[in-house]
Amino acid sequence: MDFQLNCPIPINEYPMITMAHGSGGILSHQLIEKMFQPAFNNDLLNSGHDGAVFPQPEGRLAFTTDSFVVQPIFFPGGNIGDLAVNGTVNDLACCGATPEYLSVGMILEEGLPMGDLWKIVLSMKGAADRAGVKIVTGDTKVVDRGSGDKIFINTSGVGRVREGVNIDPRNCKPGDVIILSGTMGDHGVAILSARAGLEFETAIESDSAALNGMVDNILDASRHISVLRDPTRGGVATTLNEISRSADVGMVLEEELIPVSQEVRGACEVLGLDPMYIANEGKLLVILPESEAETVLDKMKMHPLGQEAGIIGKVVAEHPSVVRMTTSIGSSRIIDMLTGEQLPRIC
Amino acid sequence: MKYVDEYRDIELVRNLSRKIHEVTRGNWTIMEICGGQTHAIMKYSIGEFLPEKIQLVHGPGCPVCVTPLEIIDKAIRIAQREDVIFCSYGDMLRVPGSEKDLLNVKAEGGDVRILYSPLDALKIAVDNPGKQVVFFAIGFETTAPANAMAVKEAKRKGITNFSILSSHVLVPPAMEAILSSPKNKIQGFLAAGHVCTVMGYEEYLPIASKYMVPIVVTGFEPVDILQGIYRVILQLEKGSAEVENAYGRVVTREGNLQAKKLLTEVFEHADMKWRGIGNIPDSGFRLSPEYETYNAEDIFDVGHIVQQESELCIAGEVLQGLKKPADCPAFGAACKPEHPLGAPMVSSEGACAAYYRFKKTETA
Repeated sequence: MDFQLNCPIPINEYPMITMAHGSGGILSHQLIEKMFQPAFNNDLLNSGHDGAVFPQPEGRLAFTTDSFVVQPIFFPGGNIGDLAVNGTVNDLACCGATPEYLSVGMILEEGLPMGDLWKIVLSMKGAADRAGVKIVTGDTKVVDRGSGDKIFINTSGVGRVREGVNIDPRNCKPGDVIILSGTMGDHGVAILSARAGLEFETAIESDSAALNGMVDNILDASRHISVLRDPTRGGVATTLNEISRSADVGMVLEEELIPVSQEVRGACEVLGLDPMYIANEGKLLVILPESEAETVLDKMKMHPLGQEAGIIGKVVAEHPSVVRMTTSIGSSRIIDMLTGEQLPRIC
Repeated sequence: MKYVDEYRDIELVRNLSRKIHEVTRGNWTIMEICGGQTHAIMKYSIGEFLPEKIQLVHGPGCPVCVTPLEIIDKAIRIAQREDVIFCSYGDMLRVPGSEKDLLNVKAEGGDVRILYSPLDALKIAVDNPGKQVVFFAIGFETTAPANAMAVKEAKRKGITNFSILSSHVLVPPAMEAILSSPKNKIQGFLAAGHVCTVMGYEEYLPIASKYMVPIVVTGFEPVDILQGIYRVILQLEKGSAEVENAYGRVVTREGNLQAKKLLTEVFEHADMKWRGIGNIPDSGFRLSPEYETYNAEDIFDVGHIVQQESELCIAGEVLQGLKKPADCPAFGAACKPEHPLGAPMVSSEGACAAYYRFKKTETA
């Protein structure tokens, strides 16, 4: 089947999603046959079953799900489509799994421009291709205008866990070091700058990206990784707090070692936000024994998403379940969990 | 980052810390007025750089914290109306009223929006002619000029569906209230850099001489704060009581004249109730007669509301520097950022929230 970049559903026929597109009738089929199947094109999807049927691989499977309600749906550096694919790919990768199959559930609001849906579908295709995963099953529902917010997407995914790999927050132990793959806060600030009502122009783009390629490099280099985690909502601070509580260990971060871009820093200074708590969608935290750190860091830096990777702190036996930071002026303070929401609906 | 990193320089911080240790002889209690400074003091653990003889207490300079319960309840009643779009700074949404907060109102279907600028509320008013748009105009002398500008613009453009629920408070009367209390233990002040950016520091001269208390205008970065403390200590050790400006890169003696002119035009002084502290004469702004028609309290009849604070909460004493957050029996137990009893636990600038977030293991 030839793949076309133009929206396959002629604008003059159906310029926007109507309730009929969710009816299960002809228009629902038209969406599937003209839009989803050609874009996500693969044998499992094209077989037209109610679900995808595939052979069971050997070993362990990882299975995850995530829902995406980001507002606005288009933002600098991406849109809800690639975010939805990357998010689930990253959750699988952080289980030490090779992501294979994704499901996509879409809840569309009546009135969503067909052209917008097509742009989203195209970027899902692009993200899936880049990550090497197949979208093998899906579902579409339409809700009345006013009952949703343009589009909500759920993605679930399965992947094969690599042999000999055991990623678990409880593996984290004193003596481990903490690596962050790049700058913090880009996604959250990109959303903020795109948000209606906040007129705030920056050159900041979302870091939305699939991390499985870099995770592959890491797991090729070492089988002794304690924890992999992508610090999304709540940012690096909240993610590290979760891990330190699971493993009942302390952590000490060095403020000077934590990368934040000039633009994000500037935006955070003006808006009174702390980049430690701002969401990322393409960053990776790796916790591993210090003896492995150099090899793994070298591998990470060879990957385009890990060029700014560095050690930002260490795991300690003292102050269990508490994350502390040595500030840029040499004092020490607690980095707590995020309370409430700094920015709602960022993913 | 330019203009920031220089003021977070570890060598400058160490140098100032050493100088403070060298000059400190007596036991001194210093209050930072501004919640922004409280936040920075906690964020950078400034206490680690000071001798034990110096005690920092956190003043009533968080606008979210001192906005009275009655005003929060009025805001809630107005925001519940179907014909209203209620706009506010984000922090105010979680401040507990007597029964609920603005976030609850939003969840119940109220149109409550978070803005960073009151001028955005004007745009919303223009775009929604069928609705009344109300901006929750709270804060000190820092936020007042922007709110005044919004009201003035509304009048100039003939926008009639815009109003403000005003609860503006002023720093100097609060300082006088603290200093004239028989329980006062404050011996020196770090004056709030942002407030002085607008107002200048002339109005602090009479306070310094009347109460014999040094006042140093101070910024918000670690080096600024230590510099402010150093200059207060130098004065205390010498027995002098002057107003000094340690934030000269931003603050001038007379302040921002245009902003001050705008404030005089749109507002007039009024008695104001401070949450947890009580009534302080002449300590706030209300709309002047020329702009009275933009007063949301007049447009919407919200009735006369009088409320009592939670009996457990010692916010009033914390805001006056009489007690530390950890002295409160509810601190970290019945009162946490996720379910605050008093306003200082809500805003990141509030003394209780700052203590909770940055220091809780020391106090637990």
